Amino acid sequence: MSLLAVSSLKKSFVSPEGGRKTIVDVPEFSLSAGQQLALRGESGSGKTTFLHLIAGILAADSGSIRIGDQDMAALGERGRDRLRAQNIGYIFQTFNLLQGYSCLENVLLGMAFGPGVNRPRATALLERVGLSKRLRHYPRQLSTGQQQRVAVARALANHPQLVLADEPTGNLDHKHGREALALIRETCRENGAALLLVSHDPAVLAEFEHVRDFAELNRACQEVSS
Amino acid sequence: MTLVFIVLRSLRQHLLSTVVTALSIALAGGLLLSVWVVKTQSQETFTQVNTGFDAVLGARGSKLQLVLNAIFHLEASPGNVAEADYEFIKAHPLVKRAIPIAVGDNLRGFRIVGTLPELFTEVDYAPGKRFTLAAGRLWQGEAKEAVLGGFAAHELGLKVGDTFHPFHGLSYDPKNEHAETYVVTGVLAPSNTPADKVVWIPLHGLQTMSGHDARAATDVSAVLIQLRAPTAGFMLDMMYNKQGNRLTFAYPIGAIMAELFSKIGWFDQVLALVAYLVALVAAAGVLVSIYNSMSARQRDIAILRALGARRRMIFGVILLEASTIGALGMVAAFAIYAGIASAVAAVIQAQTGVMLSVFTYNPVMLWAPLGMIALCSLGGLLPACKAYRTDVAANLAPVS
Repeated sequence: MSLLAVSSLKKSFVSPEGGRKTIVDVPEFSLSAGQQLALRGESGSGKTTFLHLIAGILAADSGSIRIGDQDMAALGERGRDRLRAQNIGYIFQTFNLLQGYSCLENVLLGMAFGPGVNRPRATALLERVGLSKRLRHYPRQLSTGQQQRVAVARALANHPQLVLADEPTGNLDHKHGREALALIRETCRENGAALLLVSHDPAVLAEFEHVRDFAELNRACQEVSS
Repeated sequence: MTLVFIVLRSLRQHLLSTVVTALSIALAGGLLLSVWVVKTQSQETFTQVNTGFDAVLGARGSKLQLVLNAIFHLEASPGNVAEADYEFIKAHPLVKRAIPIAVGDNLRGFRIVGTLPELFTEVDYAPGKRFTLAAGRLWQGEAKEAVLGGFAAHELGLKVGDTFHPFHGLSYDPKNEHAETYVVTGVLAPSNTPADKVVWIPLHGLQTMSGHDARAATDVSAVLIQLRAPTAGFMLDMMYNKQGNRLTFAYPIGAIMAELFSKIGWFDQVLALVAYLVALVAAAGVLVSIYNSMSARQRDIAILRALGARRRMIFGVILLEASTIGALGMVAAFAIYAGIASAVAAVIQAQTGVMLSVFTYNPVMLWAPLGMIALCSLGGLLPACKAYRTDVAANLAPVS
């Protein structure tokens, strides 16, 4: 059974010209529990919007996004917030760490809106990503690679079933990008979380057994190109 | 708990604006508390101070001037009361006790008042409280001896055994020195009444001071009166004020002082209005301070929302932050209040001898902080609404 099952998903925005422009139009997409899949997509192809829809950050215009036995697209904002906090980890290209909080506090805060704060687990996760000596450091005191590791630990804090990663190596150099990617994949595997990663970097995509082209999934892209 | 944690972190993250805004609230709150407490304390205290007397009999004139002169030792005497009038009221069956005072001299600005020793030995200046001597003894007979109020002795630097020459008039002028030499025989213990700032001498001594009009040597400036019953006051009021036209009977003392405060009530209202406006400006400061930082906060808000924080929680964070700034400001406001109120109380004591109890509970100490916190929360509403409406997806996007 699929962990994530998307069907007839549509999302449009009001364009600057005034009309509505469809950004995401995905008839079918699924991801199994524990599966690791990369989506290839160019900038502006709507892949970040697609991830935001799955995470419930954006509300879909129509369609369904089943995560386990719940339909994210059918939930109100409050329900989407809860489902996201409890079941989804999100890793951003720019890490999106809270600058006023230490590494440990960033991870703890990730837990606070989910099942609850678990300090030993937060500490263990930071140790796992190699930051055992940086628990009290603030993001500005860390290198970009270290900041991404904190983001990885935070994304896994609530035992998510699904981890979404949006260009997670986009801000890292090649060496650190490879290391970060390996860490994300390993930790997702260790925690039994499925991973859906979007990237336009061939080196990143080459690391995955399963890669799909987002342009093929998204009819909106096909309409633009045709 | 998470809410409080986020608020504390946010306050720390915006420490400078937090401190500056809290300080402006502290100043506003301190001013509001000071104005209010000094106003109510002054009214309460001054309308209760009667140094143990129910009424004052003096020359025809203003009752207020009479009370200020005879009880508070502040104003000039409106005129003299003849010895016969004093003897008459003293012997009146409705009067329990009548003690004369005479004024007209000073000792380096401190008023010299002539009176009888009974003022100290037989009158309770407040229920159950009688003047006591911190040092020395009362004057004897008509000797040129003086007893100093505690505050006057301290300020003049005089002690038992010291001598001085009185100066003519109520204002100090070195050229107007009298020839008489008085010896300090006693110093009163502090009573927190106007008596503390007076130099007390025998009545006869002041009446017969060199240079005073010999024809008025038996006159007194006023007569302090204790009545046998409250109704007696109205009868004597009728007799002196309505049927007579030579003398003024000031009764009841508290009501006359209350009249003074009602006359200067507009000044209190102006002060209170200024304090309210300052409080409003401080609350607006909270609004501006948080609102201006919203652009910088929106990314953090979006991250919190992406982690699962609900809109209502974000709204609550901003409101709680505004309230906390208000609360911090009001804690500091009490320190500022303590400084202002102590200074004002010291000035009032120096001028009147009356010590205000500015540190006793006053309802404003409860409603002012609560009101200010509520006002700050109100100031936080607009930024909270902005935070509530934060576009999560747009603010999570990489900053180019």
